[in-house]
Amino acid sequence: MQKELIRLENVVKNFGSTEILKGINLYINDSEFLTILGPSGCGKTTTLRIIGGFETPTSGRVWFDGRNITQVPPHKRQVNTVFQKYALFMHMNVYENVAFGLKLKKTPREEVDRRVHAMLDLVNLNGYGSRDAASLSGGEQQRVAIARALINRPKVLLLDEPLGALDLKLRKEMQLELKNMQKQLGITFIYVTHDQEEALTMSDTVVVMNHGVIQQIGTPIDIYNEPKNAFVADFIGQSNIISGTMLRDLEVEFEDRQFPCVDSGFGERTPVDVVVRPEDVQLVEPARGQLTGVVESVLFKGVHYEMVVDTGSFKWLVQSTVAAPAGSETGLFIAPDAIHIMKKGGVV
Amino acid sequence: MKNRIRRGKTGKEEYALQVEGIGSRRFAPMLALPFSVYMLIFIAAPLVLIVLYSVCVDPPGDMSFTLSHFKRFFDFENPVYLQVLWRSFYIAVISTAICLLIGYPMAYILSRMRPTVRNILSVLFILPMWMNFLLRTYAWMSLLENTGLINTFLTAIGLPTMNIMYTQWAVVLGNVYNFLPFMILPIYNVLVKIDPAVVEAAQDLGANGRRVFTKIILPLSVPGVISGISMTFMPAITTFVISKLLGGGQYTLIGDLIEKQYKVTGDWGFGSVMSVIIMVLILLCMNLMPSSSRDHAGGGLL
Repeated sequence: MQKELIRLENVVKNFGSTEILKGINLYINDSEFLTILGPSGCGKTTTLRIIGGFETPTSGRVWFDGRNITQVPPHKRQVNTVFQKYALFMHMNVYENVAFGLKLKKTPREEVDRRVHAMLDLVNLNGYGSRDAASLSGGEQQRVAIARALINRPKVLLLDEPLGALDLKLRKEMQLELKNMQKQLGITFIYVTHDQEEALTMSDTVVVMNHGVIQQIGTPIDIYNEPKNAFVADFIGQSNIISGTMLRDLEVEFEDRQFPCVDSGFGERTPVDVVVRPEDVQLVEPARGQLTGVVESVLFKGVHYEMVVDTGSFKWLVQSTVAAPAGSETGLFIAPDAIHIMKKGGVV
Repeated sequence: MKNRIRRGKTGKEEYALQVEGIGSRRFAPMLALPFSVYMLIFIAAPLVLIVLYSVCVDPPGDMSFTLSHFKRFFDFENPVYLQVLWRSFYIAVISTAICLLIGYPMAYILSRMRPTVRNILSVLFILPMWMNFLLRTYAWMSLLENTGLINTFLTAIGLPTMNIMYTQWAVVLGNVYNFLPFMILPIYNVLVKIDPAVVEAAQDLGANGRRVFTKIILPLSVPGVISGISMTFMPAITTFVISKLLGGGQYTLIGDLIEKQYKVTGDWGFGSVMSVIIMVLILLCMNLMPSSSRDHAGGGLL
């Protein structure tokens, strides 16, 4: 049984005449790792800034632990933030940066000292205390920013694309470390990113946003396997999205062929979006395929090959560990449970 | 195929060689030549001459060595010149302090405004500087005079007239008015460059408005304050027109004295001595100021 910690209630935010958030309803549980995922300009950072107190919603309310904090300024919230470009205090050294929050609270010197060192330990920056913030590498600055935010023992840590500026390898390492830290400390992380893989790897809950509207909320597995609409399907991983008609329950038509599927409840002869993940399209002999097409291109991707198969009316993206040579004819087979049916252009 | 790749590479290398030929090592120093010559003739040479003249009996005629000009300046029994130096120094310090007290808040307010508004306002601040310095000072004369605009206005509304003209406060006022933009602009430039996220980070960590200012904005703006102080203090301590026009010659400053040696008494040796002394004084003052924000910003907290 998890306890609700933050609730956004009909939050709307306008900048001038542009609607950035069009009524966000979201609750966040205690000790949860929640990721807000979406393309740039979807309103994810604005949502985070509203939770942090840096923006006030145009309308709607923000609840924290049962208290309405909509108008509470940032310095009075039990929330700390790791900023996109770290925003370290460049005129201070690492120790002073991390100690900043505690010193403001007039914490006794010995306690400051103890907690700063514990925090530097946690982020693997032992012995960096006297270094100038400006002399650190991107990864190190990142760690200082995390230590600085965590030292206040916030109930919630907000992270605004914190790994965006790091190289791939470092980013993977930090993903794991952040996840471990969150488990170890047992506090709520609200993480904003446009990187779907990052979201799937780290989160307990993923919130997919687009155009200021929440598209889907769910566990990473739900979001990946059961995308609620074409946008989510397309944004989370690669997808083949094709228009089709739901003939009746458990039968869908696309590319002028009927396919058995596992979805029902769409009514009869309803236009729908059909989503198939590239790894769910199987290459078979032309005679055995539900569809046939010509392999247009083959790319080696490491773990698998990525092929484009042209059936004449649609170009299928196919991922497979076996490659069919470019120019050859091949059959495609799609299993019933690999076909995901979505309402046309639907927004939840 | 192979052949083509190789040829492509050669082309690139050739291009790189060409670029290097134009851009660097051999050619670049030539571009600095005109300015170097200019510096040599109009800055380095006069400096050397002034230092040389300061130890000559009667330059440029009698060039034999003497320290008599220095002895005359540092005459502690009759310290008239030292008094002038002291007066120049404290009027410059007061002017700079007032510039800082007015200029910092102004720069701060300016930096908080919306970009469109602050561009207009910063042009307004620079606008008086487009007008000639002398004209501006003459304008102040006509404002401050006993029968000037301010006093005429005061009389008109039945208040006693103020006697500002030809006091040292008139000189300070002239300094502040003329040099204020040099204080505002460097501070403003530093303040607008402070990343808003850094301010938000401080708020996030629990700093209220006052703490954000004292712990973040103020320390980060120290470099601007330092260059603002240099840019107002230096012209303020060496000014001579302002003191002459607004001080009415009663408040002789070191600048006036130097001007008089060269243009009236023709004692170039003594004029050079005072120039050297004022240069040394300015260099000392600049050296005393911290050169980086780091020293100022509560280091040593560890």
